[in-house]
Amino acid sequence: MNKPLRRIAIFCGILVLALMIRDNWLQYVRADELNANKYNKRVEIERYAHERGNIIVDGKSITGSVETDDNYYKYKRTYTNGPMWAPVTGYASQVFGANQLEKLEDGILSGNSDQLFFDRTMAMFTGDKKKGGNAVTTLSGKAQEAAYKGLGDKKGAVAAIDPKTGKILALASTPSYDPSSFAGRLEKDGKAWTALTNDPDKPMLNRALRETYPPGSTFKVLTAAAALEYGAVKDINDPTETPEPYILPGTRTPMVNHASGCENATLNRAMEVSCNSVFAKLGDDVSRDKMVEMAEKFGFNNTEIDTPIRAAASVYDKKMSRDGNAQSSIGQFNTAATPLQMAMVTAAIANDGRLMKPYMVDKLVSPDLDVIQQNDPEEMSRPISAENAQLLQQMMENVVENGTGGNAAIDGVKVGGKTGTAQHGENNSKNPYAWFISYAKTDNGSPVAVAVVVEDSNARRDDISGGGLAAPIAKAVMQAVLGDRQ
Amino acid sequence: MSVVTNTTTIGAIDAPSRRNTELMLLGFAVAIPVFAYINVGLALDGELPAGVLGYGLGLGLLAGVAHLVVRRFARYADPLMLPLATLLNGLGLVLIWRLDQSPRLLARSDFAPQATNQLMYSALGIALFVGVLLVMKDHRVLQRFTYISMAVSIVLLLLPLVPGLGADVFGAKIWIRVGGFSIQPGEFAKIVIAVFFSGYLMVKRDALALASRRFMGLYLPRGRDLGPILTIWAMSLLILVFENDLGTSLLFFGMFVIMLYVATERTSWIVMGLLMSAGGAVVVSSFASHVQSRVAAWLDPFGCLETAPEASNMLNACDQMTQVLMSFGAGGTLGTGWGQGNSDLIAFAANSDFIFATVGEELGLAGVMAFLLLYGLIIERGVRTALAARDPFGKLFAIGLSGAFALQVFVVAGGVMGLIPLTGMTMPFLAAGGSSVIANWALIGILIRISDTARRPAPSPAPSPDAEMTQVVRP
Repeated sequence: MNKPLRRIAIFCGILVLALMIRDNWLQYVRADELNANKYNKRVEIERYAHERGNIIVDGKSITGSVETDDNYYKYKRTYTNGPMWAPVTGYASQVFGANQLEKLEDGILSGNSDQLFFDRTMAMFTGDKKKGGNAVTTLSGKAQEAAYKGLGDKKGAVAAIDPKTGKILALASTPSYDPSSFAGRLEKDGKAWTALTNDPDKPMLNRALRETYPPGSTFKVLTAAAALEYGAVKDINDPTETPEPYILPGTRTPMVNHASGCENATLNRAMEVSCNSVFAKLGDDVSRDKMVEMAEKFGFNNTEIDTPIRAAASVYDKKMSRDGNAQSSIGQFNTAATPLQMAMVTAAIANDGRLMKPYMVDKLVSPDLDVIQQNDPEEMSRPISAENAQLLQQMMENVVENGTGGNAAIDGVKVGGKTGTAQHGENNSKNPYAWFISYAKTDNGSPVAVAVVVEDSNARRDDISGGGLAAPIAKAVMQAVLGDRQ
Repeated sequence: MSVVTNTTTIGAIDAPSRRNTELMLLGFAVAIPVFAYINVGLALDGELPAGVLGYGLGLGLLAGVAHLVVRRFARYADPLMLPLATLLNGLGLVLIWRLDQSPRLLARSDFAPQATNQLMYSALGIALFVGVLLVMKDHRVLQRFTYISMAVSIVLLLLPLVPGLGADVFGAKIWIRVGGFSIQPGEFAKIVIAVFFSGYLMVKRDALALASRRFMGLYLPRGRDLGPILTIWAMSLLILVFENDLGTSLLFFGMFVIMLYVATERTSWIVMGLLMSAGGAVVVSSFASHVQSRVAAWLDPFGCLETAPEASNMLNACDQMTQVLMSFGAGGTLGTGWGQGNSDLIAFAANSDFIFATVGEELGLAGVMAFLLLYGLIIERGVRTALAARDPFGKLFAIGLSGAFALQVFVVAGGVMGLIPLTGMTMPFLAAGGSSVIANWALIGILIRISDTARRPAPSPAPSPDAEMTQVVRP
């Protein structure tokens, strides 16, 4: 009987061997695939199993973690002033995932980043609980508050940058949402999420970075920059030889001015009263390709402006007709810019022609507050020379002192600005967008450049103008930054 | 020649008793689960668990008693089996205790902590183990109960079908409820039926082996000898159809085929057995929805999650299977560590049928391999006992029990790892459940008794009366 017994022994060995081979296949070969499976709750469980690191503004957390009774996700994300900071933080929801900084810096915040390997290993030996690191932002609490309060219940966005460094100081978008409202996995969280995603006002859209608007007259500073840089204008006080009415090249359509005294006006004067004809002509004089070149140096048509939250690409059409280019030179036609893009244009001018790369994460720190990654200011391009930048500053300051931007003037500080009122909709039927871009300047250079857009106001169409609606918001933001610096 | 080698395999002359080896291994078998227990406590609460002393002493005491009884009443027994069973049982207790503390499982209405009960059942199991060694001085006495065993095993297998006594748990009718306790009679039937098969085959082996017709290279048995195999086959199918229990029917039929093959040395029985299993499986799976769900969950669990009808049994089966697979995947090579996995996401039966997934997740590939090796060692020690046994009844009995044990491990572990369709059986010694642990301790007790008889030095080494002698004269 021993021969069949030995065969049975081999058979039993094969059974065990088959199990072992299967297990290797399951736990070694297929492990990654199984861990990435969409039905696998472990990733989310792990993400919320311990206190998440925080996003810091001015040394204080604007986020938090609260322990819950939930059996699946132990901690839930909370937000201080959630609606105000939502364009910066984004959300981290147990059910609906995460976006913006919460997603981009998830490695640090959740503590899973390879950069935190040492801390994790140490925690393993000391028996500490795993903790996430913090993301310290460049934002200014006061500037953000001024921007958010200034927008109030209007629809719009504000972007403010420190021109010398590119640090983003304020990033507000209204209407906003509270990311705490759907951070958990209860029924009410689901309802809040559904209500927000179905809201026609799109409260979850980050208008400061992700929405492009026709920039209107604020774009004229870029056209002026191109005119100076490419020699279409030698002196800002020379007449520009602009006829009145100015007929768009290749058409019979006259370029309508809302201001008087634009015939043959100087560049300085045209900026002050915002002459459409002068800038349309200058844009045509410079030519489409040179306009495109200048716009791109300021950041237009760039699909990879990562702050690190990626901004939508602002558009200056490369293939449009001559008359299209002329209209685009006053920020109409199919030109479109994000509020951040216009803040970048303003910042480059205020910083004597040097455009700094905008960024909002100053540094990443470990749970023990050791700096893991420090982001330093980085020059993105030099669209214009320092001399021309100063000429532009002179004109923009003149706009605030004598022209359409009077509402932004601040005592004791030089303020340069430009208003804009962009038309949109079929036959310009919809309410225009009110724009204002400005910078403040002290003896130590400019600490702040800001762009404000107010969408679809309830006020009457005639009343909407950059100077009336947007300039006071820009002023409040600039004052907040100046107050901080003193 | 072969007589000489055979004698050394039996180890009949002056065999050392190996009791001290067993004692040392038992020390490890108690220490390892104690460390595991501490590990779970540290991972879950960050402090030394309060019950560690009680647990360590309890397990140590049980192992100590078992060892003393073996030392006194089965001196020449195999030294590996008791430590292996103790280690598996101890680790099983830790796994159950670890799942007892899962808030997710505690929040479920169908879950209750099991560790205390399981410790009690383990004690009962070891008591039965001791009882087997005390009462059964020689395994051959069981030969007398051949036909009684048959009757008892049939009664045991049919008990769950008795109205009022049987309980339907998640579609499988393999339980009976007596005074608040759930008993799985199939676990005990496994041993009892092995007694019947051994006794029956020992008597009939010559008739089955020699009286046959040759047909297409296979020796086909005579019609009247085909009777028992057909009976067992039919009974397996009945279990499958009426109790919805794929595992038990496979186990009994497989065990019978193995023992038939060993008794008759005829490969044709294996071929017939495989054909009949395949036939039975095809027939049953074509009309039993319970089996169909399991097969669907086995073939493509993630795909079935999207295609199965809502709120159906099939969806449940697939959901379970995906959770189990993801649990194994989450373990990776080294596992998450005791107490740090999420195998409780499996929810239903996480600490019984699916407990091996917790091993996979928390101890990883390394841990699963170690567990499979432990099971493999028990099986191979059982087979070796069969090889060493001097009487045909002992040989058949030992190979029947080891074969059944191997099939059970394969069917359960293969099921949870998605190698074969899932069946409702429990991992020996690991899974929560009294019947399983008690029956398996009895099984180990019997194997130890057979191995003791096999290794015990014979008063005068008489030549072995079995087939080996005749082999010498073969050309």
